[in-house]
Amino acid sequence: MKPRPATVRIAAGQGFWGDWLEAPYRQVTGGPVDYLMMDYLAEVTMSILQKQKSRDPSLGYAKDFIPLMERILPLVAERRIKITANAGGVNPRGCAQAVAEIARRLRLGGKLRIGVVTGDDLLGRLDGLLARGHELRNLDTDQRLSDVRDRVVSANAYLGAWPVVEALRRGADVVVTGRVTDTGLTLAPMIHAFGWQPDAWDLLAAGTVAGHTIECGAQCSGGNCLVDWEQIPDLANVGYPIVEAAPDGTFEITKHPGTGGRISVAGVKEQLVYEMGNPADYITPDCIADFTTIRLEQKGKDRVRVSGVKGRPATDKLKVSIGYFYGYKAVGTLVYAWPDAYTKAQAADRILRQRLADLGLEFESVLTEFVGADATHGPLARASAPLDQLPEVQLRIGVRSPDRDAVDRFTREIAPLILNGPPSVTGFAGGRPKPEEIVAYWPALLDKGLVEPCVEVVEV
Amino acid sequence: MRRRAKAVKGGGGRSRTRRVRLVEIAHARSGDKGDTANVGLIALKPEYYPILVKHVTAARVARHFKGMISGPVERYELPNLHALNFLLHGALDGGGTISLKTDAQGKVFSTALLRLELELPK
Repeated sequence: MKPRPATVRIAAGQGFWGDWLEAPYRQVTGGPVDYLMMDYLAEVTMSILQKQKSRDPSLGYAKDFIPLMERILPLVAERRIKITANAGGVNPRGCAQAVAEIARRLRLGGKLRIGVVTGDDLLGRLDGLLARGHELRNLDTDQRLSDVRDRVVSANAYLGAWPVVEALRRGADVVVTGRVTDTGLTLAPMIHAFGWQPDAWDLLAAGTVAGHTIECGAQCSGGNCLVDWEQIPDLANVGYPIVEAAPDGTFEITKHPGTGGRISVAGVKEQLVYEMGNPADYITPDCIADFTTIRLEQKGKDRVRVSGVKGRPATDKLKVSIGYFYGYKAVGTLVYAWPDAYTKAQAADRILRQRLADLGLEFESVLTEFVGADATHGPLARASAPLDQLPEVQLRIGVRSPDRDAVDRFTREIAPLILNGPPSVTGFAGGRPKPEEIVAYWPALLDKGLVEPCVEVVEV
Repeated sequence: MRRRAKAVKGGGGRSRTRRVRLVEIAHARSGDKGDTANVGLIALKPEYYPILVKHVTAARVARHFKGMISGPVERYELPNLHALNFLLHGALDGGGTISLKTDAQGKVFSTALLRLELELPK
């Protein structure tokens, strides 16, 4: 057996699909790392990918992953850095195949193994599950899935770290997954490197906290950080976070030397509370982590130590993320200038609403915001803003309806206001807004035993 | 944002309370889960945490966001981080892809909470 390492360094390369393209490259070139972790999947990403796959069966994964791999694979292979990424979306095998082709073109044949984790995709099994009495009730509304079954476009169980561990154990250098949890992508390398057991709840919880800390990339190393934000150095070259984990479950958050940003206790706290529910019950497929047990300590410049994490046994359920067709929406904007920018925008809003009513159009919702006055803080902002002195205001109106025609008609009612509404109006250069299909998110629970993760490892 | 705990004077000089805006004693980050926004409120110094616990109650936060959220407010304590976590239900016009809001993902409920003014004893 190989000796266990004293520490393992896991670098975050992407916090979401669309994150900074330079980050992964800098993470593998800026200093020593053992793993590169990349999170691509947000709640509704799976439904977008499912749509792409239905049009072309070879698609359905995060396409940006492939040119990125082309750029970093030679380095990664040379330095024996391993990659965990849920870039596979609803087609992890297709994604792996594309990576394998790139690898062969880069003459890495025989030097690289690709792991593929599947089994999360439940779309083809939904009717069977419903027929057997699994209601997949909406966790927020308690509605039965059967109410919207004919509108479901994607359904994926969240898998945890263990299938990724299995791929690593079988020698995978790049592990491409479907809907594996963000935290599982970071926890898996720790389990693999340190030989943590499936019931070592405190350790698994510690790795989960590590995953949560870096899963949003630079959001824990100075990005979107409110504390003394003007003092955070060189965000143009922000260093993405790196977890330096120890076998006992303690870890340090740091970044490569010479990079911008800041890793401080206050900044790490901000990331820890991000998207938090009940902090004592952070539930993943792998464990329940108790965020009220986390201890933080500034160990040096850009280095925060995390310890004390306690965990509890995992539940016997998996969360399922279901996307279903909901309706249509569109958002239109116009900009009004001083003087009386705010009252002009208000007048335009009244006129537009009257026209929509006169046309007999019905919407589930019509929402008006005045950007520059109240779009972010609503009535709290209006109470103190000098509304009569604003230099400019953007009128932003959105509508939502099951009726595509109503939404489409709305999009044609914005531009006329330039010539037939209140004065000093501009900012319509973008043209008429487009009605957009809404695929909504339906969270549910399913018994763990009903989902069987599948792990394959192929030599390039 | 370098406004630190310099208490804003409220009322006349003889007032027995002082008004403090949360932004002077705390920082925050917010995010979403469906139609619920969460705001993590973190004391800028450990000694401010008891003030947050005592004065920034779920009921107080619900009053602050009146008209902006349609559901209840829940509060959780994280004494280890000197932080409170608030769940604001019904804050995001349906949330995620359904929402028509600029802030569909509740990213700036954080600073909206920091507008809250507390009346503290002098």
